Amino acid sequence: MTDQTTQAPHNHVELLSFRVGEQDYAADIMSVREIRGWTRATPLPHSPAFVRGVINIRGTVLPVLDLADRLGLPQPDEGGRNVIIVVEIGDEPVGLLVEAVSDILSVATGELTPPPDIAADQGRTFVRALTIVNDQMIRVLDLPAVLPDVRFEAA
Amino acid sequence: MSLSILAVDDSQTIRNMLNMTLTDAGFSTRLAEDGLKGLEVLENNSFDAIITDINMPNLDGFGFIDAVRAQERFRSIPILVLTTEVAPELKARARDAGATGWVVKPFDPPKLVRALQLVAG
Amino acid sequence: MADNTDAMAEIRASFFTECEELLESLQDGLDAVWNETSDEETINVIFRAVHSVKGGAGAFGLTQLVDFAHRYETALDEVRAGKLVPEGEVLKLFFRAADILSDLLQAAKEDGELDPATFEEVLSGLAALAGGEEEEEEALDFQPLILDIGDETPQLAELPGELPPGLPPLSGPAEGEGDAQGDSGGHIYFAAEKELFLNGNEPLYLFRALADLTELTSRCNMDDLPDLSDLDPAVCHLSWDLTTGADIDAAAVAEVFEFVEGLCTFRHRLPEPELPELPALPELPVLPGAPDTAVGAGADGEPGVAPAPDAGAPPQASDAPAPKLSTDQDAKAPAAPKAGAQKPAPAKPNPTIRVDLERVDRLVNLVGELVINQAMLSQSVTEVDMPPNAAITKGLDEFMQLTRSLQDSVMRIRAQPVKALFQRMGRIVREVATEVNKNVLLKTEGETTEVDKTVIERLADPLTHMIRNAVDHGLESTEARLAAGKPERGTVTLTAGHRSGRVVIEISDDGAGINRPKVRQIAIDKKLIEETAELSDSDIDMLLFMPGFSTASEVSNLSGRGVGMDVVKTAIQALGGRVSITSTPGQGTCFSISLPLTLAVLDGMVVEAAGQALVLPLNVIEETMTVEAAMLGEMGRETQVLRIREGFAPLLDLGTEMGFRTPLESYLDHVALLIAHEDGSRSALVVDRIVDQRQVVIKGLQNTFGQIPGVAAATILGDGQIALILDPLDITMNASGRTRQPSLSLAG
Repeated sequence: MTDQTTQAPHNHVELLSFRVGEQDYAADIMSVREIRGWTRATPLPHSPAFVRGVINIRGTVLPVLDLADRLGLPQPDEGGRNVIIVVEIGDEPVGLLVEAVSDILSVATGELTPPPDIAADQGRTFVRALTIVNDQMIRVLDLPAVLPDVRFEAA
Repeated sequence: MSLSILAVDDSQTIRNMLNMTLTDAGFSTRLAEDGLKGLEVLENNSFDAIITDINMPNLDGFGFIDAVRAQERFRSIPILVLTTEVAPELKARARDAGATGWVVKPFDPPKLVRALQLVAG
Repeated sequence: MADNTDAMAEIRASFFTECEELLESLQDGLDAVWNETSDEETINVIFRAVHSVKGGAGAFGLTQLVDFAHRYETALDEVRAGKLVPEGEVLKLFFRAADILSDLLQAAKEDGELDPATFEEVLSGLAALAGGEEEEEEALDFQPLILDIGDETPQLAELPGELPPGLPPLSGPAEGEGDAQGDSGGHIYFAAEKELFLNGNEPLYLFRALADLTELTSRCNMDDLPDLSDLDPAVCHLSWDLTTGADIDAAAVAEVFEFVEGLCTFRHRLPEPELPELPALPELPVLPGAPDTAVGAGADGEPGVAPAPDAGAPPQASDAPAPKLSTDQDAKAPAAPKAGAQKPAPAKPNPTIRVDLERVDRLVNLVGELVINQAMLSQSVTEVDMPPNAAITKGLDEFMQLTRSLQDSVMRIRAQPVKALFQRMGRIVREVATEVNKNVLLKTEGETTEVDKTVIERLADPLTHMIRNAVDHGLESTEARLAAGKPERGTVTLTAGHRSGRVVIEISDDGAGINRPKVRQIAIDKKLIEETAELSDSDIDMLLFMPGFSTASEVSNLSGRGVGMDVVKTAIQALGGRVSITSTPGQGTCFSISLPLTLAVLDGMVVEAAGQALVLPLNVIEETMTVEAAMLGEMGRETQVLRIREGFAPLLDLGTEMGFRTPLESYLDHVALLIAHEDGSRSALVVDRIVDQRQVVIKGLQNTFGQIPGVAAATILGDGQIALILDPLDITMNASGRTRQPSLSLAG
């Protein structure tokens, strides 16, 4: 961890970074509710492949998304992914299945750059910003974009 | 002297008010929600006085007083009528039915207690 | 009274709760009149409801409410008296008055008042109905004491000085004991009539009350006492002379003797009342002096009261306290004979309490957790293989029973009848009908159907919209109805009921039905469908639910609000419900809302299919059976049917339908669950095995993924795993189109 974790000046954002499909991603820590180990999910019928199903977290039904699958990244073996990050999107909690949680980063907002406009890259729409920390490129997730498009599915 | 009072009114609110007022005055109080229920309560209990509403379902106040007075043992039990109207005709009707006195709703608690003392000591 | 602040607040709260019930019966009564199903008692019920609102409102000083209720009541009284017929405009006014009464209560509840402008019109309408007698009566109530002394009339009268001739003289109260008071004291002569006792009055108490007010001396006159042989025990042969202190005035004495006025001969000479006292007793009306002989009439209706005790009536009250001759102020003279032991039964106040919904919800959730916990515990115990009669097994059984009852009780707190919701719809119907100038009757059925409070709340908006639609669009104009040979008055029917473990609410009208060619054309114009699209009738009907669809060719006051039926559909789906339409040209349209019971608990059957545990509502499962070769039949290329006694049911593999596996080669020896659908049809769901039959706690699935076909909700099983609760009808409807058309195509 860096020494920046204890304080986050107002021009900084705190990010939780994690590994997905052998890449580094991050999410605004304000959206993160908790981190838990993988438990078997109950599959939801007729749902997109990246929806792993639902798990019981203290009596609440939590949907879990396979983030690698959602981002179109190579999916390592089952054993390689064992952490669920519970984030709140809108008002609803959603579990994101990732390989591992890496760090909590404090990044100056000025160091966040919008992703380049590469229309062909499928992953682009899920990334809100890019930043470099310790020579590693971190992709900051656009969380609402990760959710399945309900309206589209329902139409 | 603690009087025992039967209060009959179909309005829960008024029953609550009566209960509070009478209990505060040290009277023991039974409540009934209409004339029929009132008669049922009278069946197995005795009271020093009765307070009754006029407009009630099942058996209205006039009918209730009639039925009470029809029983020998209740010929002289004091009965106060609760009425929102103060029209003389209504008082006359109440008296014709056998009521002892009347109290105007919404009643002033001390006034109700005074009225009870007037008829029941 | 200071100690009673809390008690008063509670009574006030209970008053508003009571008023909700009163308004409900008021509404019911008016509806009955409107629907011509009323009887003689109806108007009394209506009157009483308004009357009770007024009575309670008075107790809390809600003057605006009292005034309005009073006008309303006065108008209703005209109906009771047969002077006014509740029909047409009068009835409409009564409905509006009920609505305003409801608004006033709402305002009062929030410590506000309603802008009088909003109800002035109705108020004056009511006043007009009552023939303007209002002010007069009001004035009468507060008239001051009128002095009137008649020879024979036993009126409450003041003797301002000299005694009129013909009256028995005051028997020397100024002498003797009276001297102590000097001339400033008052004198009262009192002689009771027989009727005084028949009405339960007791002079002793009056004297005692008077003695509480002033220094009182009394002298009993026994001059009129006849010989014992002539004595009528029902008649009081005594009279009293009372001497009061100077500190008492006529008003106070009038108050004491108010109840016996007209039942006694009563004369007094008293100090003038001090003026400031009158306003202090505004609630103490004093009778106007106009002598009304009926006032003095006995219970037998005998006109007037003769002072002479020879009325000839048989003695009615042998135990009347008349013969008590004592004026001893300490004498205890119970007015009523004490029958048996005194039973002081402290009355219990209103047994209802008001609880923050949040607290109830917390309780519901905790109990839900408890149920899951209990299931987990039971499972753990089963796994360690206890002997069947072990104390722990028995204890767990009891624990389970208790948990169940606890849960039932908790859920019942939240369940409410749809009645209040339906009544609100009655108001909507009236408002819309007035706006679009149609004559509409709202019929309601199944009002006692209980639905979870949250569902009721969230149903209000979609239902309002559908009701508006039914009146505005569903029903034809009056002219069109008459032209079509229909009754002038259109009918909108609102029903609620339980069906197959769901709550079904239907909104139907007897209008023209959906104009399908027009709907289709609009959809094409709005580019919602291709011009060449082949649509069944029900497909066309469902177009109404498409976003951005609006049928009204002329935008009325009510449409064009930007809310379409698509919003209704979304709202109902958010409740886990479905909407369907049935429409017959010329006969009307029916919207049917089917909702899950959302009562958080479900008696379910836990089954396994393709390795997944799934829950089916127990009440839709008609029968379970093991599939035998003789029962299987093929229908077409892919459809299998199960032969059952009365016919065939399409056979669906649950694992396949859920997308967990491809269809199996054979379902022989699998378990088939015969499902009874809401529409009366049946289907057979094949599962691998039945695991358990038990109560499960319903957990909502988030909207993250939209509606999942065939899935109603989820639950947590004893092992902590989530199992999906299925909706068998939805599964059948979505059965890959292989077996049957969705049952939406009910319309012809």
